[in-house]
Amino acid sequence: MTQPDANAPLLAVRGLCKSYAAPVLRAVDLDLFPGEVHALMGANGAGKSTLARILAGLGPPDSGEMTLQAATYRPAAKHQAEAAGVQIVQQELTLLPTLTVAENLFLDRLPTRFGVVRFGALRRDAARALSRVGLDGLDPETPTSRLGVGEQQLVEIARSLERPCRVLILDEPTAALTAPQVDRLFANIARLKQQGAAIVYISHRLDEVRRIADRISVLRDGKLVATRPAAELDLNEAVRLMVGSNPSREELRHARATGEVVLRVRSLSRGDRVRDVSFDVHAGEVLGISGLVGSGRTELLRAIFGADPADSGTVSVAGATPTRFRQPRQAVAAGLGLVPEDRKTEGLLLPRSIRMNLTLGRRKAYRGPLGFLKARREREDAASTARRVQLACHSLEQPAEQLSGGNQQKVVVGRWLLREPRVMMFDEPTRGVDVAAKFEIYRLIDETAARGAGVVVVSSEVEELLLICDRIAVISAGRLVATFARGEWTEEKLLAAAFQGYTNRAGAEV
Amino acid sequence: MSDAATRTETDSEKWAEPSGLARWRGVGDVVGMLVVLAALVVLFGTRSNHFWSAQTVKTIVNQFADLTVLAVGMTLVLVIGGIDLSVGSVMALCGAVLGIAIVDWEVSFPIALAACLAAGAACGLVNGFISVHWSIPSFIVTLGMLESARGATYLLTRSETKYVGPRIEWLARPLPGLGASTSFLIALALVAAGHVLLTRTVLGRYMVAIGTNEEAVRLSGVDPKPTKLLTFVLSGLCAAIAAVFQVARVSSADPNGGVGMELGAIAAVVIGGTSLMGGRGSVLRSFLGVLIIAVLQTGLDHVGASEPSKRLISGAVIVLAVVADVHRRSWGASVGRAAARLRPKARPLG
Repeated sequence: MTQPDANAPLLAVRGLCKSYAAPVLRAVDLDLFPGEVHALMGANGAGKSTLARILAGLGPPDSGEMTLQAATYRPAAKHQAEAAGVQIVQQELTLLPTLTVAENLFLDRLPTRFGVVRFGALRRDAARALSRVGLDGLDPETPTSRLGVGEQQLVEIARSLERPCRVLILDEPTAALTAPQVDRLFANIARLKQQGAAIVYISHRLDEVRRIADRISVLRDGKLVATRPAAELDLNEAVRLMVGSNPSREELRHARATGEVVLRVRSLSRGDRVRDVSFDVHAGEVLGISGLVGSGRTELLRAIFGADPADSGTVSVAGATPTRFRQPRQAVAAGLGLVPEDRKTEGLLLPRSIRMNLTLGRRKAYRGPLGFLKARREREDAASTARRVQLACHSLEQPAEQLSGGNQQKVVVGRWLLREPRVMMFDEPTRGVDVAAKFEIYRLIDETAARGAGVVVVSSEVEELLLICDRIAVISAGRLVATFARGEWTEEKLLAAAFQGYTNRAGAEV
Repeated sequence: MSDAATRTETDSEKWAEPSGLARWRGVGDVVGMLVVLAALVVLFGTRSNHFWSAQTVKTIVNQFADLTVLAVGMTLVLVIGGIDLSVGSVMALCGAVLGIAIVDWEVSFPIALAACLAAGAACGLVNGFISVHWSIPSFIVTLGMLESARGATYLLTRSETKYVGPRIEWLARPLPGLGASTSFLIALALVAAGHVLLTRTVLGRYMVAIGTNEEAVRLSGVDPKPTKLLTFVLSGLCAAIAAVFQVARVSSADPNGGVGMELGAIAAVVIGGTSLMGGRGSVLRSFLGVLIIAVLQTGLDHVGASEPSKRLISGAVIVLAVVADVHRRSWGASVGRAAARLRPKARPLG
């Protein structure tokens, strides 16, 4: 490889834009210089991963230019980017679980003779690639499905390092790694730097970013708001840049009196995703749960609800004896309700009627003599619920899959209105929902609390929590690290708390 | 605002009833199959001189009582997203229990019947328990039961056919003045019961819901396991009832009885448009599927088709029926979309 001019950018990005339903990237300019580690930071949904995917040929931009060593760079697919020397290690694992580690490492260029794979050569190459990332003890013929998440991550990294590498993009590479594995990764990054490659490093972990990054760029709402030398950016400044100044909004929240404790969670743990979490929710209160993606918020709700039973700890609803729910049925009987994270796979019977979806779960209410369905009562309940949630539909007999995302979510929320649970939990209630429907869902959440139920809302959108919550608890690396009352919080404080569990490596060690 | 208020009333009425289109779609599903059935009847009628006769009708209704009952149970199992491959073997086992109880133990018919039904329910319970509580695909569990139940049958009967005779033949004998046998009438009643179960009861509702999205049912606070277990028990019971009818029809309990019947039942159910993926199915349409298979087989007999060509044609018809069904469905959906464009825009009620 010819040594590139250290003053000209290796990869230059100009005016990059990308929209899905809403704009994700807005006119992003970015220069990557040879021998530089460039960190990308930003809150959830700021556009970091989208930018990385476009650089790696995993999706075309809507507009904008990219040049790689002064030549136009426009990869139409990942393999084209790889051929040009741009490698990516994605956040989600992409290895094929049924193939061996060696096969995964060299999948697109298996050594062959007359079309037959030369397994000896493959094994030798794979062993060399693995030792580079510190997996010397791993048999290259192990099926990938047997590896832990951290090992899989390292195999992905080894796969990228095996290729000609001018630009290496690492998207949250250390999430599942132990401290020695991280050290080994950083040694590899240093070696690539020496060779004149540019590294794009995306991470929530500020301590790591400061350890290896030369420059830091901060994305906010799809815009690149600042690029600074790493040494000049401290934690507070970074958080301020990620949050920005936010205009005050009308609060969508009734004044209401909070009553006795209706949900008491004590020392709840499940694996390494939920660690010793304790909190109370009062009647008439909306408790928000904030945290970074993957911090264990969804797992916490599912553990409380018994969807994925907790290993230890207790839950007590409405003053009942503390217990641990092993099944959602028990949780619902005790007075809990959950609007799950993914309405399509966990919430709805998509091809079935809206009526059936609205009344799902209320088995006893419609059981008549001989187990016959009280159809009339069911229709009336469905119609009144549909009106309460202001569902836009032609008929209650329409399949739920024909509804828009917002109306689908209203169906899942509406299902619980009839049952009046003492504690209602919402997991990302407005994900993939248009703005109008969002506010209707906020209204439903507010009504639920006004009725005297305790409400827990998990959301990746901090603005949303600021709008509707009375208190916000922050989960970081599986632990509840802070709780703020209305008036105490600022977006900066919330975000700083969300990073807290990741600023030392204690969070990743079990 | 007054306009909105009056609209609420009419919308509430509109919403409380299935829309015209939805109601007719259900009828259309049955009409399509009746057309196929009629076409087969006409076809065989023109090809054979004796097909259009009371005797043919008697043959059809009395020969296929057992398959009809199996199809009822199979529909329920497919609706929850499972499959029961063991029904043919379980049928033989239940028949053996029935024959031995009547002939060797010399118990009264009701007691023998109870033993037979208990055997079927027990097989269903084993299938259900293993697949539901240990999360094993029902395909595998019932495949094992297919082998085991057959083996148990051979052990129980020492591989000999047990002649039962007049103590059970009355069930299969055509009733005077009606032509249909008691077996067939009971089978019809079970079709009606199965249809009502699936469309009008809470249990049926949750079978459909579980087959559509089991996780959504679980998270709504309903444990899907008891319903799934019960469905397999019902399938075992249906196999036992089918065994009674088969023993009655051939006057004896044959350890080789019911071989391949599970495939006949699955074919009938699938011709009836029930999804192998679960969540969608109709017992009534499965019965029409049985009739289509029955008319086809009887008709092919009448026109003198050889056994190999009968099988060749039956196989092709099964596939063609499903292809036609799927395409009618997608065609229907595009018509529905066009209709939706003509209707007023959806709006919330206030």
